[in-house]
Order: sequence, then structure tokens, then C-alpha cells
Amino acid sequence: MVHLITELSKYLMIILFALYTYQCFAVLKRKIEPEKQTRKFHQQMVYMFLIHLNAYAVLYFSTKNQDLILFYLMQVVFFIVVQICYLTIYRRASRLVVNNMCMLMMIGFIILTRLSVDFAVKQFKIAIISMAVTMLIPFLISRLKFFRNLAWMYAIAGITLLGVVAVLGAVSHGAKLSFTVAGITIQPSEFIKIIFVFFVAAMYHESTEFIQVVKTTAVAALHVIILVLSKDLGAALIFFIAYMVMLYVATRKIYYFLGGLLCGCLASIVGYYLFSHVRVRVIAWQDPLANFENEGNQISNSLFAIGTGGWFGMGLNQGMPNKIPEVKQDFIFSAVSEELGGVFALCLILVCVSCFLMFLNIAMQMKDSFYKFVALGLGTIYGFQVFLSVGGDIKFIPSTGVTLPLVSYGGSSLLSTLIIFAIIQGLYLLREREEHETEIKGTKKKKKKGGRVSHEETVKIHGTKVQNFD
Amino acid sequence: MKKPSKSTERKSKTSIKKNKNREFVTITYMFLGMFILMMGYFAYFQVFKSEDFINSPYNTRQDKFGEHVVRGSILSADGKTLAETIVEEDGSETRYYPYGSMFAHAVGYDSNGKSGIESFANFNLLRSHAFFLEQVVNGLKDEKNPGDNVITTLNYSLQETAYNALGDNNGAVVALEPETGKILAWVSKPDFNPNTIAADWDSIISNTDSENSVLLNRVSQGLYPPGSTFKILTTLEYINENPNYSDYTYDCTGSISKDDTEIHCYDNAVHGTEDLKTSFAKSCNASFANIGLSLNKTSFAKLCDSLLFHADLPIAYPYQKSSFVLNEDSDTSATMQTAIGQGQTLVTPLHMALITSAIANDGVLMKPYVIDHTENYKGISVKEYKPSAYGTLLDETQAATMQEFMSYVVSDGTGSKLSGQSYEAAGKTGSAEYSNTKGESHAWFTGYASTEEKGTIVVTVIVEGGGAGSTTAVPIAKKIFDTYFNN
Repeated sequence: MVHLITELSKYLMIILFALYTYQCFAVLKRKIEPEKQTRKFHQQMVYMFLIHLNAYAVLYFSTKNQDLILFYLMQVVFFIVVQICYLTIYRRASRLVVNNMCMLMMIGFIILTRLSVDFAVKQFKIAIISMAVTMLIPFLISRLKFFRNLAWMYAIAGITLLGVVAVLGAVSHGAKLSFTVAGITIQPSEFIKIIFVFFVAAMYHESTEFIQVVKTTAVAALHVIILVLSKDLGAALIFFIAYMVMLYVATRKIYYFLGGLLCGCLASIVGYYLFSHVRVRVIAWQDPLANFENEGNQISNSLFAIGTGGWFGMGLNQGMPNKIPEVKQDFIFSAVSEELGGVFALCLILVCVSCFLMFLNIAMQMKDSFYKFVALGLGTIYGFQVFLSVGGDIKFIPSTGVTLPLVSYGGSSLLSTLIIFAIIQGLYLLREREEHETEIKGTKKKKKKGGRVSHEETVKIHGTKVQNFD
Repeated sequence: MKKPSKSTERKSKTSIKKNKNREFVTITYMFLGMFILMMGYFAYFQVFKSEDFINSPYNTRQDKFGEHVVRGSILSADGKTLAETIVEEDGSETRYYPYGSMFAHAVGYDSNGKSGIESFANFNLLRSHAFFLEQVVNGLKDEKNPGDNVITTLNYSLQETAYNALGDNNGAVVALEPETGKILAWVSKPDFNPNTIAADWDSIISNTDSENSVLLNRVSQGLYPPGSTFKILTTLEYINENPNYSDYTYDCTGSISKDDTEIHCYDNAVHGTEDLKTSFAKSCNASFANIGLSLNKTSFAKLCDSLLFHADLPIAYPYQKSSFVLNEDSDTSATMQTAIGQGQTLVTPLHMALITSAIANDGVLMKPYVIDHTENYKGISVKEYKPSAYGTLLDETQAATMQEFMSYVVSDGTGSKLSGQSYEAAGKTGSAEYSNTKGESHAWFTGYASTEEKGTIVVTVIVEGGGAGSTTAVPIAKKIFDTYFNN
């Protein structure tokens, strides 16, 4: 009986999640009425909560753990509160981003509960605190204007913190990533990447002349070098790519970008010969099964999970995801794919892509170059982190040991991603204001035809969206 | 008047904006491209690559399926059940092998670990493709679903013949179809009874001498000196190096000596004046040692490598790689020994069968396989396995020459017991000395036979300590050919 419920549920969840994912892209259509869009967002919420309910029902039936009911109800309250907050306080925020944020966190809770209830509860507590803290951020971003004036403070703060971690940090997995204060382990690089984006944005907002490029690049290089020295290759890569993207967009010079990538490639070849932990990752990537006893163990286990799960998954609690080392953090995607199925996992990637598009969308729609760069930088960081995490898990690229934002276990990762999402929401609020100001400055001659114009997202990756000037 | 000016204004703003965002668009597309490639790889992995990982013996996840599925049966190509799971009233399950040890090494075992088909088809056996509603009903009743059956390419009568023909000897017999790669018979002795392996386990593993272990699958894991069957490779190398090989002559006096090494023909036979083809047919050691001395050792080693020495074999069973150690520094003795298949060369019977298979199939080696298809318990096909080529090991001329030489072995040489049958046979015998005691040798035969209507089969036989290939191994091959072609 339980097996049957599990089996049927896995198909149901795949269908619901596929519908959810479809709506993520359907709302982006060029000509969509605001009412229709709102309806789709409501549908998404329905799908989301159904998946959540279904998953916890399966988890409850297969474990008969009474605590799960309470845990589930608390999560429902949490997500409803988050949705209500955004619907009432930040009415102009992007509802798609809110939905995706909740959806990804839900998947995280579901799969963490399956892996370890204790960890899921811990993660949930962190989520409540983080959400409470970050709820303020959209307001601050949309009201305070001095963020752009602190360029050098960002640089000093970032480098100091990274340096401290590199020197003092605990050695974990060959990488100095974290330090522990009062029992809480913090991974500073998760937060410094946000500060770093603000630094680069502030610098290039000021000027994009050659001398400014040299200064900014020097500071950025210092960040990356410290990260490489502390063996945090995943973070180093993310910083590097984020910087190259921002440099290219700010200066509009493609050869900076290509040249930078070329240097990056050369540096990684040097890194391969210089650092044994880089070689280990590459060996594991090339032939995980041949090196099963050593380097290839983690990636082999990940591929066993993904492969055995197949397109439709083993069903919650039916697989063996705990066999994968580090499954709660770096390899959470494999656990999702094993138990919820390959189709579900592909949808998960698409939801992340949808977030990325919303980040780039706001970057294109903002007029103020500082905010444009901030959105671009954060979008790149988010997108590239998803790419590294998933790509590493499925052996598309060598594993770099980064978390899947909002899904993986980890307080620092969760909080920093929620900060990023909150900043983006702040920008959506700001854009609304920008438009409003243009509206007032512009001709007041005509009244709007259809009342309030849809403030919702109309992603135009070609940037051809006609603003509502008149 | 107003309207057009406004629209141009709007247009220009739009185009400025478009231009302003060009880099953003580039980045967006770049990332989208990366994500699409990644998702494409994920799909590619699921469709084409996942099986390698699912079926890996390291993957312990498969057994999870057993909680909800009754392991399927394994059947021979002609419909005989080789392994099945019997469910008792109380729900306890036993794996039953109706033919006991006859298929031990081919089918394998399923307790105290797994081997053979039980191991590499484990995933197939533990999946159920029973009708959907039936699975729902079973789920409601909390009953297990019937697993899929695996239909092998194994031919029951050939296996039985091979098994009986090998008798009490240790050794191996493998038969396959060179045109498809289908494995028809796979016998290795000593063997074990898979029905009682759990009870026998302790005594089985107490034998720490792995070379004599009953668990050693001699077809693919037994490394033997190839003896005269290796002359196939020596001949090929000589032909490659000497386009005028048909001019070769040698006067055999029963032995050849050089630099303190003396090589005798089998039973000290004196073959007289002979060409290459006759040397091959009579398996003249003196002549081949003489040929060996003339060969370029580097290109000889290269030829062997191209014929799967030191190489991975395309087979699901566990195997050993064959080895060939001749190089420029090898001394006269090693060179002469190697040319006649002694020395340090070691091969597996399967490897010899694959070389023979490539010769019989005009140079193209088909990947050997033992699972024909899987079907649900009602007999509806789930997955078919099609023949596929491994590659071209020999060009057509080389293959044709070897075919001619190997036919001559049957018509005018050591394989004469196979001549005058309803089928056309060809092959090479061998008697591989494996100890310093004179006369103790493994009996080899590797060859093929064909008729118009039944096609071709390759048979490779090794009988440990069996003496001369022509007297011990050839009759076993003959029984298999007879069964195949005369029934």
C-alpha cells in the first residue's frame, strides 16, 4: 500500500512540478494580460502547495513519524506568511521570483527531511531567521541611495574577511572555507560574493575608463587569488566569472571578456599541475568507476543515484541517496533526481533558469547603471552557481563542491541566497519607482487606458520592452 | 501631427535601449546555452550512459528493487528456464537453477554476491513491466510485482553438449556466432552448483588458490599459454611483413636450434620440406620458430595489440587481459618460444574465440553478448539487444588468407577429424606446454564451421592437461558442431 502511494505520488509530483515549471515560462509571454498573469501565479502557488503536501504525505506514510505532521504544518504557515508579506508589503515585487524562491526552498525541505529530519529542522530554523532578516532588504534597497558610494569599503571588507578565513579557517575537504563563531559555522565567501558584486558595480558606475578597469581588476584578482590559495575553487570560479561578465557588460568590450576567459583557462591548466586537489577532481570526472575506491567514489555514487532513479525516480524514501558523500550540500541535486526523478530534476534546473532570467530581466529594465550592474552580477553568481553545482553532480563538468542555492543544506548558503533574492526584489520595487517618476516627468496629458499597467515581469531578453512612458 | 512624432520618439528610445542592453542579451544567451547543453547532457546520460552505472557491481541500489519485485527468470534462447525464483506460501523466496551446475558460469549465482548474468542483468531482473493496473492491484494487496525475464542467446543443446563433452576435465568451451556476436555456449570447469552455493560457500572460498577456484570463470578469466593456436598471429605477422609469403619454404628436421635454444616439433615429428600453409596445417614448431626469428618484434607486438592483447574485451563477464611480452630486447629463446605460442604469452579462451570470430566474419569483430532481450512476465518484449560491431580487426585479404589456412588445417593437417562432415570446418589446434615436465600440455582448439542454411559458429576449446589438441580438443569441438548442424 505504502509502496503504491509512493509510486503514484512520484508521478503526480512530476506532473505538478512540470505544470509549475511551464507556468514559469508561460507568464513571460510578450502579450499577456495582467489578470491572466496573476491567475497563473495563483496556479503556481496551488501546484507548489500540492507538491509540498504530497511529498510530506509520502514521507509520513513511509516513516510513520508523527513529528513530520507538525513540521509540515509549520512549513505551510511559514510559506503562507512569506507569500502574504510579499503580497501586502511589497506588492510591486516580482511574484515569479517569490514563487520560485518558495518552490526551491520547499524542494530543499522535502529532500532534506528525507535525508535527515534533524538537518531539515535545523535548515528550517535558519530559513525562518533568514527570511525575517531579509524581509527588510527590499525596502532598504529601494530607499537608501548610498550603496554606490562605498566601493572601497566593499573591497576592504571583502579582502579582509577572505584573508582572515584563509589564515584562520578550519581546513575542511582540502579547502579552507569556514570558521566557527559561538557554535555557528559561517562560510564568509557566501556573503563576500554579494559585497564583491556591489564593489564592482560601484566602481563601474563611477567610470569605465582604463585606469578604473585596472584598479577594479587588481582588486578582483586579489579576491580570486585569496580564494584559490584557500583552495575554495568553486567560489574562486564564481567570483572570476561574475567579474568577467560585469567587466564585459560595463566596458562593452568583448575582447576583455574573451581575453579574461583565455587567462582563466590558462590559469586552470596551471592549477591542474600545481594543486593535487584539482587533479583529484579531474581524475574523478574523467572515469569515476575506474577510480571508485578513491577519487571517483563521490561522483560514482551520484551517478548511481541519478541513473538508478531514471526519468521517474525511485520514489521518496525508496532510494539510497545517503550513500552519496556530502549529499545534503554539494550533491543535493542527485538526491532529488534519484527519488523524485530525472524529469523532476530537469524541471528543477528550469526553475533555476527562470530565476536567472528574472535577474537578468531586471538588470535590463533598470536605468541606473549601478543597479543594472548589481542585478547582472547577482544574476551571474546565482546562475553560475547553479551550473557548477548541477553540472558537477551529473558529471557534465568536474565537481567543484558548491551548493545548489536554496535547495542545499547550509545556513550561509541559504541566508546569502535569500539576501540576493531580496536585493533583486528591491530592484523590482525600484524599477516601479523609476517608471513612476518617468511617468510624472513625462507628459501628463493622457490618462492611462487600461488603468494600472501591468507592473509584472515581461521578460524581454532583447530589451525591446516599451516602457510605459505615456 | 502629434502621433507620428511620438511614435518615432518611442522608437528611438527603444532602439537606444536595445543597443544599451546588447551585452546583457549576449550574457543571457550565453548562460541559456550553457544550461541547455547541461540539460542535454543530463538527458544523454539518462538515455545512453546510465546503464553503465546502474549495472555497476558497486551500485548497491539495485537490491532495493527486490523489496517490491519478485526476481525474474533467466531463459535460454530455446525457451528452457535456467534460473527462476520460487515463492513459498509464507512469502520466502528461493532461487532455483533447474540444470544445476551446467550453466553455473554462464548464468552465475545470486547469493553470497552475484556473478554472471545474475550480476550484470540484475537490474533487468528486478524491474517489473507488468501491466500498469496489475501493478496497482499488487500495490493495494501489498504483493510484489513479477520481475522481467531475461532471454539469453545461450543454446541449451549446445551448452549441454559442451558440458558433457568436457566431462571431468578442467577447462573451458565457448561457442558464438561470428556474424552477430551471440554467445551460444559458455562452459567452464571446475564449476559449482548454484542451488547449493550458500551452503557450500565456506568450503568454496576456503580454497585460497584462486587459479583452481571453482568460481574462476575460465572462459574469460583463465589465462593460458596459447600454444600452437598462437601461430595464427605469427602467420598474420609474417604475411604482413612478406607479401610474397607463398614463396616461403622450410626444411623441417624435427627440431631447430639457435643460441642454445632447441625447439622440437610435437612428438618430434619430422615434416620435411614445407611452405607456410603446410607449416601452419601441420603445426610445425621448427618452421614457426624459424619464422619468428625473422619477424620485426615491434610490429609483431603492434599486431597483437590490434588483436586485443593488453586490451579491454567487449564483454559483460569479468575477464583477464591477454598478454604478449615480446619486444626489441627479447632474446633468441624468447623470440622462438613466443612464435610457437609458448614463452610468456598468455591468452583467455574467449580472446582466442574473438580472434577466430573476426577471421570467420571477414575481419569484422562483432561484440559478443549473451542477453538477447528482456520481456515482462507475460512475454511482451521490454528491451531488445541488437548485434553491434566492435570494429574491423583484419582487412578482408588477411581474413581470407587465414580462412584458407585454417581450412587447410582441417583438410590436410592436425584438424583432420573435422573433415568430411556435413559442414565446412576450419580451425587451429594447439598443445600448450604449461610445466617443465615434458609432455604435459593443455589441449587447444579454436575454429569455426558453417553450412549454407545454418550459418557459421565459432568454437574455442581448452582442456587443461589434455595433451594434444588434435586428439582431445578437436573431438569436443566436433561434438558441438555435430549438435549444431545435424539437429
